[in-house]
Amino acid sequence: MSVINSVTCPICGCLCDDIEVTVVNNEVVKIKNGCAVCEAKYMGYKSEHRIRQPLIRKEGKLVPVSMDEAIHKAGEILANANYPILYGWSSTNCEAQRVGVELAEEVGGVLDNTAVVCHGPSLMGTQEVGIPTSTLGQIRHRAEVIIYWGCDPWSAHPRHLERYTSFTEGRFEDSEWMAYINKVKAAAGKKKLASARRVETPKKAHDTVAESVVFNKPPEILQKEGRKLIVIDVRKSMSAEVADYFIQVQPNKDYELMQAMRALVRDEELDVDEVAGVPVEYLQEVVDVLVNCKFGIIFFGMGLTQSAGKFRNVEVAISLVRDLNMRTKFLIMPMRGHFNVTGANIVFAWQSGYAFGIDFSLGYPRYNPGETTSMDVLLRGESDAALVIASDPGATFPKRAIQSLVKHPLIVIDPHMNATAMLGDVVFPSAFVGIEAEGTAYRMDNVPLPLKKVVEPPKGILSDEEILKRILEEVRIIKSQKLNQKTEDA
Amino acid sequence: MQQKLHVTLLTGRTIEQGVGKEYGKSSPEYFAACSMVYMDAGDMKKLGVKNGTNVMVTTPNGSVVLRVVKYPRGATPGLIYIPYGPWANAVVSNATTSIGMPSFKGTPAEVEPAPDKPVLSMEELLRKEFGR
Repeated sequence: MSVINSVTCPICGCLCDDIEVTVVNNEVVKIKNGCAVCEAKYMGYKSEHRIRQPLIRKEGKLVPVSMDEAIHKAGEILANANYPILYGWSSTNCEAQRVGVELAEEVGGVLDNTAVVCHGPSLMGTQEVGIPTSTLGQIRHRAEVIIYWGCDPWSAHPRHLERYTSFTEGRFEDSEWMAYINKVKAAAGKKKLASARRVETPKKAHDTVAESVVFNKPPEILQKEGRKLIVIDVRKSMSAEVADYFIQVQPNKDYELMQAMRALVRDEELDVDEVAGVPVEYLQEVVDVLVNCKFGIIFFGMGLTQSAGKFRNVEVAISLVRDLNMRTKFLIMPMRGHFNVTGANIVFAWQSGYAFGIDFSLGYPRYNPGETTSMDVLLRGESDAALVIASDPGATFPKRAIQSLVKHPLIVIDPHMNATAMLGDVVFPSAFVGIEAEGTAYRMDNVPLPLKKVVEPPKGILSDEEILKRILEEVRIIKSQKLNQKTEDA
Repeated sequence: MQQKLHVTLLTGRTIEQGVGKEYGKSSPEYFAACSMVYMDAGDMKKLGVKNGTNVMVTTPNGSVVLRVVKYPRGATPGLIYIPYGPWANAVVSNATTSIGMPSFKGTPAEVEPAPDKPVLSMEELLRKEFGR
């Protein structure tokens, strides 16, 4: 038995690097410090859903083949394609992403990562107005007002609150964990009292159903010293339950709400009573809290990037932070999803100049969202092959995009039998990065962290990087053979 | 009681979906976490559906049968929430507004009771939608 300390968890953009993994006979048996999702990954990596050997679709069914046969088939598909899509890259290491850029350049296709359906609009918003941001350490030690806008860290980044914001003991700000526990205890007490009262007087059945959104006045707690947590979302998420104040914005109205807040930050008066369903009077109180704090941060998620406005929402969120910086110190950060989607953006940008949606079809990199983004290429039906690695568009793309994806040969590289692998034509099993393969990953604040290899991969299973290198080699061989053939024919 | 309810469709992450996807996309955990739709208690009453029964969600992009679950925290009238996954993808809007990002949140949809229609498994759904 061996216990490995300080393992970096390969799941979400938090990249928690304090996981303790216990390994017995080359198998993970216990996890310490991880969240529910972390535990599911470390316990589920060896499950029956694992792909055990390379597969090729023959007569409509995926059948096991040798690695050499699968590599040759994948090489043939990519070498013969005119406009292939190389998509995914977010759940693998930077080393594999680097080979990916080389492969995309070689085959002249579209290279895109999952940011396109995640924080692509955030990158575009940043390209418009820049971004005042920092590392998570700064926020941990200094942030007084923490805002989560259109994101639910409790569900998507379960340890974000505990490691970087409200519930962490910073050098200059204290943890609010005990205050939260007391709040939960008080709520439980109230519930008990209420239920005791209900036993005495039977209630009417419809009493429990709230007919509409009820807005509470900002609580006095926002005026207190110490950390304050505000959640802004269209529904009361788990994170909103934890928050000191929850603002329920109407769907697709985030843009209006942020513009109203910008006006209030600039001391302008609004001649309406409510914006996006939020009473202006309450909004004014919230803005006062923001302006009077010493250091604030806005974390934002898919609530901004996927609803109406998309990158314009992000642009105005950054502009709000810029306005707040005229009065106090404020920062903003996107809540990146996959553990190395930030790395994919960085590696692609460092090698090609662009972070996502890169078109190599003219022999040099081009970027024009809406034209060169994989989603639009698929919806227009322009691609003629695809390689999907370390992601699952089969479970994350809209139906019509997947229909376009499966019309042409589809190569999939993934450790698990996911939806895309089920739809694939050539399927490669790969080692789990961060469990069976080491490498580098970038945290959501652009800090690179090392991923550890804690167990050996099953026999015959290669890492993403090795599979890509072999495909690249095969593509080059096939292309040179074709070239030789052409010269001979001439 | 209404036959159909016009709502706004949201898709997004839940912790159960996160746990399910890490166990494996064909795991029962993933199926339970993603083949469902959260709905406001008041809306469920209007539609006459009970917690755990099946409803059909329809958009211009398609329709899908899901298990309805009462949203446990606060009122969300006129909103439905489907966790990310193949079931949500059967109905989400593919309008990218020319920036590459489909409209995963805040698009119109209709919900109707579907007590006799089954919720398809991921394999059945992929076969139905993509023939594989």
